Amino acid sequence: MRKLKLVMVGNGMAGVRTLEELRKIAPEMYDITVFGAEPHPNYNRILLSPVLAGEMTIQDIILNDLQWYADNGITLHLGSTVTAIDRNKRTVTAAGKGGETISADYDRLLIATGSTPFILPIPGNDLPGVISYRDIQDTDEMIDAAARYRHAVVIGAGLLGLEAANGLALRGMDVTVVHLSDWIMERQLDRSAGKMLQAALEKKGMKFKLNAHTAELVKGESGRVCAVRFKDGETLPADLVCMAAGIRPNVALAEKAGIHCNRGIVVNDTLQTYDPRIYAVGECANHRGTAYGLVAPLFEQAKVCANHLAMYGIGRYQGSVTSTKLKVTGIDVFSAGDFSGSDGTEDIVLHDPGAGIYKRLVLKDDKLVGAVLYGDTKDGAWYFQLLKDGQDIRDIRDNLVFGNAHLGDVGHKGNSLAAGMPDSAEVCGCNGVCKGSIVKAIKEQGLFTLEDVRKHTKASSSCGSCTGLVEQILASTIGGAYQPADSTSKPVCGCTDHSHGEVRKAIREHKLLSVAEAQAFLGWKTPNGCASCRPALNYYCLSSWPHEAVDDPQSRFINERAHANIQKDGSYSVVPRMWGGLTTPAELRAIADAAEKYQVPTVKVTGGQRIDLLGVKKEDLPAMWADLAKAGMVSGHAYGKSLRTVKTCVGSEHCRFGTQRSMELGVKLEKMLFGMWSPHKFKLAVSGCPRNCAESGIKDIGVIGVDSGYELYVGGNGGIKTEVAQFFCKVASDDEVLEYGGAFIQLYREEGFYLERTCHYLERVGLEHVKKAVLEDAGQRRALYERLLFALQNYKDPWAEIVEDSSGGLHKRQFEIIKV
Amino acid sequence: MSDWKKICALGDVPVLGARVVDSASHGRIAVFRSASDEVFAVLDKCPHKAGPLSQGIVHGNTVTCPLHSWKIQLEDGQVVPPDVGCVKHFATRVTNGEVFLAL
Repeated sequence: MRKLKLVMVGNGMAGVRTLEELRKIAPEMYDITVFGAEPHPNYNRILLSPVLAGEMTIQDIILNDLQWYADNGITLHLGSTVTAIDRNKRTVTAAGKGGETISADYDRLLIATGSTPFILPIPGNDLPGVISYRDIQDTDEMIDAAARYRHAVVIGAGLLGLEAANGLALRGMDVTVVHLSDWIMERQLDRSAGKMLQAALEKKGMKFKLNAHTAELVKGESGRVCAVRFKDGETLPADLVCMAAGIRPNVALAEKAGIHCNRGIVVNDTLQTYDPRIYAVGECANHRGTAYGLVAPLFEQAKVCANHLAMYGIGRYQGSVTSTKLKVTGIDVFSAGDFSGSDGTEDIVLHDPGAGIYKRLVLKDDKLVGAVLYGDTKDGAWYFQLLKDGQDIRDIRDNLVFGNAHLGDVGHKGNSLAAGMPDSAEVCGCNGVCKGSIVKAIKEQGLFTLEDVRKHTKASSSCGSCTGLVEQILASTIGGAYQPADSTSKPVCGCTDHSHGEVRKAIREHKLLSVAEAQAFLGWKTPNGCASCRPALNYYCLSSWPHEAVDDPQSRFINERAHANIQKDGSYSVVPRMWGGLTTPAELRAIADAAEKYQVPTVKVTGGQRIDLLGVKKEDLPAMWADLAKAGMVSGHAYGKSLRTVKTCVGSEHCRFGTQRSMELGVKLEKMLFGMWSPHKFKLAVSGCPRNCAESGIKDIGVIGVDSGYELYVGGNGGIKTEVAQFFCKVASDDEVLEYGGAFIQLYREEGFYLERTCHYLERVGLEHVKKAVLEDAGQRRALYERLLFALQNYKDPWAEIVEDSSGGLHKRQFEIIKV
Repeated sequence: MSDWKKICALGDVPVLGARVVDSASHGRIAVFRSASDEVFAVLDKCPHKAGPLSQGIVHGNTVTCPLHSWKIQLEDGQVVPPDVGCVKHFATRVTNGEVFLAL
């Protein structure tokens, strides 16, 4: 069959991104021809500012070199401006770089002509030395002027104008920024933040003239511009005038061809124009009344557009919430959403002029709708996420303005402001990645997302505690091109487009009983998934369909397959269970004997009140378990996304302060929950009095005994992010602790996303949601509790199962080594 | 000339799993079985930090190292980009349900 012909007009970021997406899903469908007016292949336009500032070169910002076009069989006409589209004959005509006429037929046409700078309609706007700031040529001209002239005037104090002014100032020019409004960046910042930013930029040597109406650009003796004259009669010397007063979608070509335009080429949710064969993406397109001037939305458009060009016909672009970040070294400004303060909105403001910090959050109906941050933008990504997700913030309102790091993500204290960090500062403490390497990778590899940065640098890919910092570095490096993924709609992994929530729902509603069944039903893109999605699918099947779903050991991480914890040298650690932290001389003797018999190099007492035998050879595990089993000991599941321990204090059995029998309740809880798999590890604690010696405040469920009963706390975490558990309810008896606690656990097991600890689960769904299900509705509580007990019944110690091995030997064989 | 050694029955290697072979000549070798019953063998040592690849999760013809999630292609021992590196791989064949390894 003849290949279809796709012609693309415009060779910029949005268009080429669409081609990249298209090559991924339908590489053979089209013969592709690209016309680009500039003489360069696709480059990263948002990094022109660092080029101007002398921090990067043109070569650094090329995204797709000529080889890429050749490798993908794309016919590329550079320096060729398309002059006409004939929609009847389905051809485009272009003037090539030598003046020759080039024409190309199309079956589908993609218009990605971007935007053009708005040139003020004033006398002198066409003089030499008057430029806009849009492409490589403008940048070159500015660099050249900076070397030869002294005075520069930038008209427009928006994002682009300020970045241009900053670059020119860094290149030694005397720069004045002229602006129509009362304060700078008035579309992104409110007055207070704008004034703070202005003061900071003035310290860097920039001058400002506000409320200024430019009347004329004055011609000098050489014929070049020499001054700017204002309506009030004042003049400013100017050897270079840079107009950064906004952009206009570039629609001339489309209009001429009779395609419906209205401040941009009007497109529907599939990025299709009124001519069904013609699509438009990027700054030239008007979607639901908005033409976006930032990069991030363009990438979302590219993905949807490619999907429709590939005739998959799924996916809708529904508009983007955008954020902006000024790329001026050493200055942190962030804004997102709507902060104009319309009816029914409320403001939360934190203003500390001494420290140079200003934060304004705009709320409406218990949701965050806008944010302006100056000086401290480390929580920008988090606010943006809350905003995009439309999350209810009622529960966290009192702490909202302090950000989500106020309780401390451990590991990088003292380095919270990305822009001020030196390149040598360590960002990711797990993988030893410093700021410089991250910035370098973002620039050189053309990275745009957190996932990309994780893949290329490993930063934030282990414990994730530096994620906020990495996002901040990403945002300050690429500015408005940064777009965090929706946390709720983010695909599970690269193997699928479905989110965790959608996958869970499908498994429950369609009774999918195995990993393979779920992958087939949900149209997984890879043959057997990957190390990220398989464990998640396996858990979702098992937790949705207990006793019916088929557990797949090969879809479990090695620790859950070997029922021990793998260590850095490939040896394992063995932790026998000690119910409620209690043990006996006989158990201790058995542990001591095993440690000697199998030459265990390290014996350690854990934080969960038991004993860890570290450095055991895998082939010794079954024999060691068999020895421990003789003393009545079973697996402690110290290795699993499962119940870990129930930590207890001594309680009223011995303690003179104790009010409740905490050890006894701890043992009851641990016996009830033995063998429970969960989205992530699960820890409990029971303290016998409010002195709380068992540290109930940092456990997934913490119980504190008081004279009249027990207080239950949920969602505590002592890990990466120290999170104090929230008060859940008060109950009178042991049985109620089991029922209320069990119901909470079951709700988390049914709704939690894989690898989501209870504190993150609660952050996502809100404590109110959980209270409603467990506390307010007795029927639902009992049903949840019963489902938990049903799922856990007849659970057998996995160590004993392997030692006995009823599977025909396959389980046990994984521990045997074949000698040749 | 490589020396073909009989390892075990194909059924002794779990599907999407591995067995560890201790060889006198090369030390530990991981022998993998894919979903379509193809068998691959690579040195049981991740080029990153020497993690035991045999213990990783197998997907397609790739294994993810259990220590730091590097991905290694089993046909040729090449590390999946953006990480860089390779691990020695060995020829295998399955004859009459028996797995053989070329050492």
